[in-house]
Amino acid sequence: MAAEASKMEFGAKAHVALNDPKLRANFRRAMDGLMTKRAAQFADEAEWNALRARGAAARANALAKLPELLEQLEANCLRNGIHVHWAETTAEANAIVLGILEAAGARTVIKGKSMVTEEMHLNAHLEKHGITPVESDLGEYIIQLAGEAPSHIVMPCIHKNKTEIAELFHDKIEGQPYTENVDELTAAARAALRGAFAGADAGISGVNFAVAETGTLVLIENEGNGRLSTTLPPLHIAVTGIEKVLEKLDDVPPLLSLLPRSATGQPITTYVNMISSPRKEGEKDGPKAVHLVLLDNGRSRVHGDTELRDTLRCIRCAACMNHCPVYTRVGGHTYTFTYPGPIGKLLTPQIEGLDCAGDQPHASTLCRACADVCPVQIPIPDLLVRLRTESVRPTQGQAVKGAGSSATTSETLGWKGWTLLYASPLVYRIGTKMLGWFGNLMPSSAPMLKQWTSVRTKPKFAPKSLHELAREKGYCDE
Amino acid sequence: MPKQPRPESVYFFGTCLIDLFYPEAGLAGMELLQREGLKVVFPPNQTCCGQPARNNGYQDEARKVARLQMDSFPGDWPIVVPSGSCAGMMKTHYPEMFEGTPDHDRAVAFSARVYELTEFLVDVLGVKLVDKGQKVTITWHPSCHSQREAGVVEQPKALLRQLTNVTLVENPREKECCGFGGAFAVRQAEISAAMVTDKVASIEETGATQVVSGDCGCLMNITGAAEKAAKGFKGRHIAEFILERCHGR
Repeated sequence: MAAEASKMEFGAKAHVALNDPKLRANFRRAMDGLMTKRAAQFADEAEWNALRARGAAARANALAKLPELLEQLEANCLRNGIHVHWAETTAEANAIVLGILEAAGARTVIKGKSMVTEEMHLNAHLEKHGITPVESDLGEYIIQLAGEAPSHIVMPCIHKNKTEIAELFHDKIEGQPYTENVDELTAAARAALRGAFAGADAGISGVNFAVAETGTLVLIENEGNGRLSTTLPPLHIAVTGIEKVLEKLDDVPPLLSLLPRSATGQPITTYVNMISSPRKEGEKDGPKAVHLVLLDNGRSRVHGDTELRDTLRCIRCAACMNHCPVYTRVGGHTYTFTYPGPIGKLLTPQIEGLDCAGDQPHASTLCRACADVCPVQIPIPDLLVRLRTESVRPTQGQAVKGAGSSATTSETLGWKGWTLLYASPLVYRIGTKMLGWFGNLMPSSAPMLKQWTSVRTKPKFAPKSLHELAREKGYCDE
Repeated sequence: MPKQPRPESVYFFGTCLIDLFYPEAGLAGMELLQREGLKVVFPPNQTCCGQPARNNGYQDEARKVARLQMDSFPGDWPIVVPSGSCAGMMKTHYPEMFEGTPDHDRAVAFSARVYELTEFLVDVLGVKLVDKGQKVTITWHPSCHSQREAGVVEQPKALLRQLTNVTLVENPREKECCGFGGAFAVRQAEISAAMVTDKVASIEETGATQVVSGDCGCLMNITGAAEKAAKGFKGRHIAEFILERCHGR
């Protein structure tokens, strides 16, 4: 039932998105721009290949040694004075964050941009317990005002245009006059956020890379809100998935070069924050306490499969969604879950289960545009096929949650029939002869043909197959 | 792509779509090879590369069908395929599909003999074309699997540029998927429809009267949508297009 509900939801949401011309235009314009800017960054093919090989190797190496590196990270963080917490589920992670805030008596929270806290639905959890988190990334701030989830993992409000934001600010920010002037809109957000920074009891952030060798948390951002969120309040809580570990500081530079260039086409982000401890004696700024929450939420299960493990290489640059012809048409909200686009189609079913997100691996033509641009060489299309396989016929026991849940008798029979036709020359000869005779009589309203002919004419079977023509022309004799 | 010694004989793999819907494209492909003095053999037991089953998650079924193809091309001649998608499947996925099975070695050997048609014409045969046709403006549509699995990008354009009366205009959205994707066109019909509608519009904007492609899946999708919307361009498989130019039709 869960699987059916989610399939319907994906299809229904795609239907709505496809029929929203404003949304279609917003995404098309934004993705075209991002593709152009990225292409300019990686114009040198040799440099791109060398750099992505280094980036992929750094991530693959970290995943190969994940358990040891996590232990090393914990030890080094503790030595640096960072408290470390482990959460197996999102519920546990939410409880940990809430517990830290309550113990510190924190009531107001300022947040830097973090996808993992979206995965946890942390804001809703904190609000339920009387704590108000304010998103400080401009895009996140806008969608928080609108009561929406991010539609993209790097640019969360890319689905909105200037006019929509102008209307939103006018409605939601007290005393804000209607203006489409971008500088004035930014100034309005800045004025509202300044107060939130100054008064916050705690700051919450994500983590781009956690370096095991030194116990360092690396955070990159463009607006300075991440730096303010992690230095101004007396308490900083960083939350990350367990896969974001790197073995050593030397692994950081190639990834720092790949991530912003792949994401937004910038050579580097404005701010690179490296946090290795709370405020030390004599230091003028920084929080008095830093906590690191490490979330599993199904990741160790993904890690346990040596092929699917490559999913965890992801550095959240979003290049795959920027280049995905499906994402460009339907936008991030269609995917229902936190991570949209090609990486979401891969990650979501593995975290949430194929029984509830089993249709997502099928929302792809396997065009490989995503694999082409992935800076850490995740073979996304091949792993999508692996998930499709798991969903109908588990190959490795129950390694993937909900494996086998999509198999239906009619589909299995259909493929048995297909195999019968194509694996036997005799059946193929007779079968295709009959298709040639009767195929063109099929009405456009026949199952499957109906979907095809919604925007296309019906394909016509040729009077004679190539097999017949080749025989007639003498090509079949060896 | 290493230049191979010129063989005397080649196998031709027709593809299931060409077999049933576009046999003229297959015949044209074989004639283009024959014109270069090669003996062309079409093994009658061949059926389909198995990609539909593989992509939908039915690996045992895909392997069964793939094994029949490996059995059907017994000699060591090159196997020429008039489809980047099927060539990509046979080149890159056959060895993976048979990993850890007794058929792995022969899958590797088989995949090494597979060439996409234009790749073979350019890289192995080094064909020189003489254009006897009327002036025409066309645009090229590369299939995703041709570009990104078979690694065939420049060869078809190199062939088309040899044709002196053909003006090749570039579609700025050339590399973007047309939305076919096999079962995707039915399973995600609305998204597929949006993609092909955009693709048809982008081709129309080039002003070309014909779109030429090396893959009949894309062609069926694009020309079907263009026909339904009564757009002013036709679609053609590259083998048929080139052969007609050589004949002056």
